Amino acid sequence: MKAQIWVLGLALALIAGSAQATREEEGRRIALEMDRVESGYGDYRASVEMTLRDRKGRESRRYMRFLTKETHGDGDKSIVVFKQPRDIKGVTALTYSHKTDPDDQWLYLPKLRRVKRISSANQSGPFVGSEFAYEDIGSQEPEKYTYRYLDQGVHEDNPCHLIERFPVNPDSGYSKQVVWVEVERMIPWRIDYYDRKGELLKTLKNSGYQLYQQRFWRPDRKEMVNYQAGKSTLIEYSDYAFSTNLSDQDLSVSALKRSR
Amino acid sequence: MIESYAKWLVAHPVRMILVSILAVLILAGGTARLAMDQDYRVFFSEEFPPLEALDNLHDTYNKNDNVLMVLAWDEGGVFTSHHLRQVMEATREAWKIPFSTRVESITNHQYTYASGDDLVVDDMVRAPDELDPAALVELRRRATSDPLLAGRLVGRDGQVAGINVLIELPGSSDDEAGTVMAHTRELVSSLEAQYSGLKVYLTGIIPMNHAFPEATMADMSSLVPLMYLVIVVLIGGFLRSFWGTVGALFMITFSVLVALGLSGYLGMPITPPSASTPTMIMTLALADSVHFLTYMFRQMRLGADRRNAVIESLKANFQPMLLTSLAAAIGFLTMNLSESPPFRDLGNITVFGVMAAFLLSVGFLPALMCVAPVRGRVGHAWLDRAVDRIADTVVTHRNAFFIGGAGAVIVLGSFIPSIQLNDEWLEYFDESFTFRTDTEFAAKHLTGIYTIEYSLPAKDSGGITDPEYLQHLAAFAQWWRSQQPKVRHVSVLSDMLKRINMNLHGDRADYYRLPDDPQLAAQYLMVYEMSLPFGHDLSTLIDIDKSATRLVVSLDTVSTVELKRIEKEAAEWLVENAPLYMFSQGTSPTVMFAHISQRNIRQMLSATTIALVAVSIVLIYALRSIKLGAVSLVPNLAPAILGFGAWSLLVGEVGLATSIVAAMTIGIVIDDTVHFLSKYRRARTILGKDPESAVRYAFSTVGTAMLVTTTVLVAGFLVLSQSTFEMNAGMGLLTALILAIALVADFTLLPALLMWLENRQTLSITEGRYDPFNLEDKKT
Repeated sequence: MKAQIWVLGLALALIAGSAQATREEEGRRIALEMDRVESGYGDYRASVEMTLRDRKGRESRRYMRFLTKETHGDGDKSIVVFKQPRDIKGVTALTYSHKTDPDDQWLYLPKLRRVKRISSANQSGPFVGSEFAYEDIGSQEPEKYTYRYLDQGVHEDNPCHLIERFPVNPDSGYSKQVVWVEVERMIPWRIDYYDRKGELLKTLKNSGYQLYQQRFWRPDRKEMVNYQAGKSTLIEYSDYAFSTNLSDQDLSVSALKRSR
Repeated sequence: MIESYAKWLVAHPVRMILVSILAVLILAGGTARLAMDQDYRVFFSEEFPPLEALDNLHDTYNKNDNVLMVLAWDEGGVFTSHHLRQVMEATREAWKIPFSTRVESITNHQYTYASGDDLVVDDMVRAPDELDPAALVELRRRATSDPLLAGRLVGRDGQVAGINVLIELPGSSDDEAGTVMAHTRELVSSLEAQYSGLKVYLTGIIPMNHAFPEATMADMSSLVPLMYLVIVVLIGGFLRSFWGTVGALFMITFSVLVALGLSGYLGMPITPPSASTPTMIMTLALADSVHFLTYMFRQMRLGADRRNAVIESLKANFQPMLLTSLAAAIGFLTMNLSESPPFRDLGNITVFGVMAAFLLSVGFLPALMCVAPVRGRVGHAWLDRAVDRIADTVVTHRNAFFIGGAGAVIVLGSFIPSIQLNDEWLEYFDESFTFRTDTEFAAKHLTGIYTIEYSLPAKDSGGITDPEYLQHLAAFAQWWRSQQPKVRHVSVLSDMLKRINMNLHGDRADYYRLPDDPQLAAQYLMVYEMSLPFGHDLSTLIDIDKSATRLVVSLDTVSTVELKRIEKEAAEWLVENAPLYMFSQGTSPTVMFAHISQRNIRQMLSATTIALVAVSIVLIYALRSIKLGAVSLVPNLAPAILGFGAWSLLVGEVGLATSIVAAMTIGIVIDDTVHFLSKYRRARTILGKDPESAVRYAFSTVGTAMLVTTTVLVAGFLVLSQSTFEMNAGMGLLTALILAIALVADFTLLPALLMWLENRQTLSITEGRYDPFNLEDKKT
């Protein structure tokens, strides 16, 4: 905590006056700090309920379980196991995210008993019909973007830094994102996504931050509103468990086929 | 009362002129608020069932607003490296079109194939320059045989390519469609400038929406000046008075300004139909000023000084003008029963104009005539002589006219049932619109522009991968595809699933079929979905609950009758072959336009009846005779019957706009009938003439005025028939036809009928005492 405050103080001092610090450096500094605060958990598991809403307010739900493990020197490894609806129960997605290279992704289809590799260029599409693209929920490695400090703002009484980030991956669906990072805890409250022609496409709002292991702030709810499509998706997390001794073996292609 | 008003007016003309101008300026202020509506949906009310179905469908999937760019080349077709690079470049640039949400073309089409055990989903064309001739031939074979592409994004003959840009207008600011079109046109001209031999055609819902305000603008900018020209020629020719013409021009302009200003204050949108109101108001206002001015000039020729002439003309015309304005207003007010809101606006705006024209003709115009240096001129003796000759002929050959007229009504009337309803929205625009010609090009070379969309429900949530559902979905698509040559493309989920099934089985052609296990199908779909990049997801095809899918049929430019027939057959096919839960009615803009005339005609039939009854009541009051009121039904109804009968023979089709004409014209044709009957009655009751002499009397007193005003009205509506927008042109032409027929009927059928009835002594009108029309004998 002390270290955070120290870094925060430094950041504020830099904003206040340092002639050396450019906006780019400032933005990147905040992104790295956000990543640092988020990292170090080792691994975690969580249950996820996803509620899709269309323009008329009709709803549809999906249930899944997330497993994520940090990797030293590279992006996270993660698994999503689908629980409901019934016809996709047991479908499992495995992702190795990378700092700059496109992520590797495999899908296990229980009915076919096969693992299928997913084309690497296609991470900008929607995740199971929701308003979240895969790139929105995948691991947010700082190297995936370039940054620019924008402004200060307030999100629901929380003073925030507003930083712009620009995807490095040319196949990204976005031209830029604006991230609202709380000044005090360096956690993201809100992200505005701009489409390729620079128009506001979606807004993600996090809420219900809870502290786990006295260190890690995680939101209970993430709500994505797509302005252009008039649809929204709510993700609700529950049953968070940290340090559950996930092994690399658990997060491997060969492990995918094992029934869950 | 009228006399004292007239005397006050001639005493204070300047005051009246100033008050009128001030009132007009205040009301005209509303024109600043006029806004053009840029959506074909404006033609449909919220309660129109196909619109509800379409809204529901759009809320479930996405709105189908789009711009379709069709790329064609002088030679070589799509499948050369250069041309594919151009398609790729245009696709990339199309992403920058404002409010675009997805861009589909042959280059970024998500092509699926097997690679070892994996499913590869990738852009169909990534590096066009690296394609050798053999690869180009192979690409052409694959693309033109792919049911997802051929007849939609690539021409079946490989000559043209389509780039389909889906647009989601936020609806938060004005002229969003205009912004899209401006950007797209700029893109098109820069592409055409960059690549010689390339020609780009634009069609789709957004260009169609944009063509409506373009039609409005075209009408406003070409018809209104033409109308002024007609006014100057007609009024100048008949009155031969500079100041009379000037006065009429002012009065007409003021009437239009007041009407448009009021509609602006009331927030009525300007649509192509309501854009025809200036021409209509000018025409009707002109008829008012003709009545007032001809009478005034006649008085001056007879020696009255200017002010007395004004007083006399006011006395003689106040009531008839009020009654005919009321009758016209009644006719236009019945437009409120129309199914289509723009025609309700058209009616109301015209009512404002007609009432403004009446007030100005009894206020501003006489006042202006008091202060302007007008002089009485010689009349048109040849016209009077011509009218008298008509009277002679009608009296002599009355039986022939009566039988001929009645026969014409029966014969032409018998053709009315064979009129076909036709509302092909493409034909609303004539060939002067690039939208029309571009769309025709697209329809000829690429895909069908007329569509029918279905949202076909499955049994339950997630039910779209149920084999029963999928089999019937595929069979329904197959049924549509068998409706050749009318069906150009069918977009359906089952095609994708067949293909993925094949891909996941090593691209073996014998696996190009639907998976027979619901979970397997669901999991296939999931692999595919997870592999799709931004802007290619399946949300346009599958609802969020996976409980329904969308099927879109693209049709050739078929007639409304044909469309309705095929749509009905499709519904019958579903009832007979598909499970009950899958049933759904097709909808689309094309379907909505196809059905609106029929509903509109039903409502306009009651509108016509109401107009007829109301107008007859006005006539009975005006003539103080129920019997004459009953007789007047004949010349009021016959023109509509004759007009529609002739239209059936000449044109054969009516649409949304022409279907309102009957109700609309009843209020206008009454004008001539009133004048003729009141003169006839005056001759019979006050002057004690026999029927023959009374007919001659009526001819000689009001025949010329009837001829002049009808000429004015016909000319005005003929101006409207010059519209580039078919709805307005058809409406103008049919109205002009009916008004011309009405004059003929009033000159022939009406007098023949009067003489026949009176000689049979079934009609006696010699009772009564009062002539509210008070029109003076011109020979006194």
